[in-house]
Amino acid sequence: MSATVRIPTILRTYTGGVGEVSADGSTLAEVLDSLENNHPGIRARILDDAGALRRFVNVYVGDDDVRFIGGLDAKVTEGTKISIIPAVAGGADG
Amino acid sequence: MTAVVDTDPAPVPGLRAGAFGNATHLVCRECGASTALGPFYACTECFGPLEAGYEFPAITRERIEAGPRSIWRYAPLLPVPADIATFRSTDPGFTRLVDARNLADDLGLKKLWIKDDSGNPTHSFKDRVVAVALSAARELGLQVLACPSTGNLANAVAAAAARAGIKSVVLVPANLEQQKILASAIYDTTLIAIEGNYDDVNKLASEIAAEEEGWAFVNVNVRPYYAEGSKTLGYEIAEQLGWRIPDQVVVPVASGAQLTKIDKGFRELIKLGLVEDKPFVIFGAQATGCSPVAQAYRAGLDFVAPVKPNTIAKSLAIGNPADGPYVLDVVRRTGGLVADVDDDTLAASIQRLARTEGIFAETAGGVTVGVTAKLLSDGVLDPEAETVVINSGDGLKTLDAVADRVGPKITIPPRYEAFLDFWKDTNS
Repeated sequence: MSATVRIPTILRTYTGGVGEVSADGSTLAEVLDSLENNHPGIRARILDDAGALRRFVNVYVGDDDVRFIGGLDAKVTEGTKISIIPAVAGGADG
Repeated sequence: MTAVVDTDPAPVPGLRAGAFGNATHLVCRECGASTALGPFYACTECFGPLEAGYEFPAITRERIEAGPRSIWRYAPLLPVPADIATFRSTDPGFTRLVDARNLADDLGLKKLWIKDDSGNPTHSFKDRVVAVALSAARELGLQVLACPSTGNLANAVAAAAARAGIKSVVLVPANLEQQKILASAIYDTTLIAIEGNYDDVNKLASEIAAEEEGWAFVNVNVRPYYAEGSKTLGYEIAEQLGWRIPDQVVVPVASGAQLTKIDKGFRELIKLGLVEDKPFVIFGAQATGCSPVAQAYRAGLDFVAPVKPNTIAKSLAIGNPADGPYVLDVVRRTGGLVADVDDDTLAASIQRLARTEGIFAETAGGVTVGVTAKLLSDGVLDPEAETVVINSGDGLKTLDAVADRVGPKITIPPRYEAFLDFWKDTNS
């Protein structure tokens, strides 16, 4: 499966400044492996030392926050758009 | 964002000296890495949130007291320039601290104050944070003030931009109630209705903030400055008590930033010698229908699992609160906790505050008053200790919360006899 991944500004040092890249995989974990192969070092910015999603990063598969759809096991289908977004805004905020 | 951030970014070109007052850098609250002052909000090392760091000079009570009756009296403690009061802003803050004797008696508390932030220019505490964000936007040369919001924040951004004479863009869910849309649209902001729920709006805002140069999303890319505005709640409470920190404070928790910044404000006053160093306890208050931080507290966790909000307290309905872990740190460090009350209790608590003190709070105020009562009956809150409860907004913004609970006692024909019949029955 090939997915499109939107890269936040602070990670574009790993993608040569590109804001959107392709990656393969049928789960989010596999997509991140694919990202790492193409852009070494990027996965460690998204996952912590224990391999879990960092506290302050949100990842969306399609429109869904992956924390609600299985985390790293979230299913990825052909053409899915994946967004990686710093979790600072975090909600309706008044 | 104007630039890709590396691990040691150069200062933003064109920043004037003193653009951020006594703030000297941004620091990651997760890993402690330092970043230069700029439109940066997430740590390049770990995605952690950035916070303003300072080198404070000596600051006296007299100097603060001689300042304007707004948050700008505390300008030396904020990331704003020394001449901030000369710029056009809504000049929020210095809201009243109400000696709430009737409610104290009703609750069985010895001494209680309500910090009533409904008195701000757009009737919520959001005017404080937006005023500081507006200053950061101006100093960074950003031309558009923007936010994703469902209410209070949108009102504050639209009004502040109007007053400052700059462009604003407010993103709201398309199904938002008309009253809330009008209360922002009246300021002639560019209001964009998004076909989606709050989470969709926030996600889009984060993406726009990452792509568009020249935009200040107040609670996204200038959040390290924005959030500092909430420290002024802590400063004001202490000054209004006669330069004293109260024994315990009950604070509403949405993103959690307000609670952590009140704590930061108190600690800064102690560090600067402006108040006596004494212990204080901070309690967080949430609505049961969106209580991820209270749940995490009870479960003994140091992280917050997101929830899907389902409560009438919309201004607190953040399912994935960015500052949640830091709220847990603060309440545990000070000996407090985070508790929640259900929608029925919070609505009844809005009535209780109105009935006893003549203050009409929005749902968030119902939550803090309700949690205060709950913590007293649970024996957690000390009834002998001096207590401050935050009301962060105006009840006129959340009329639906009490629409089914209050109203006319009776409808009668316009005749004196009819009135007399009713009045006799009522008073017999």
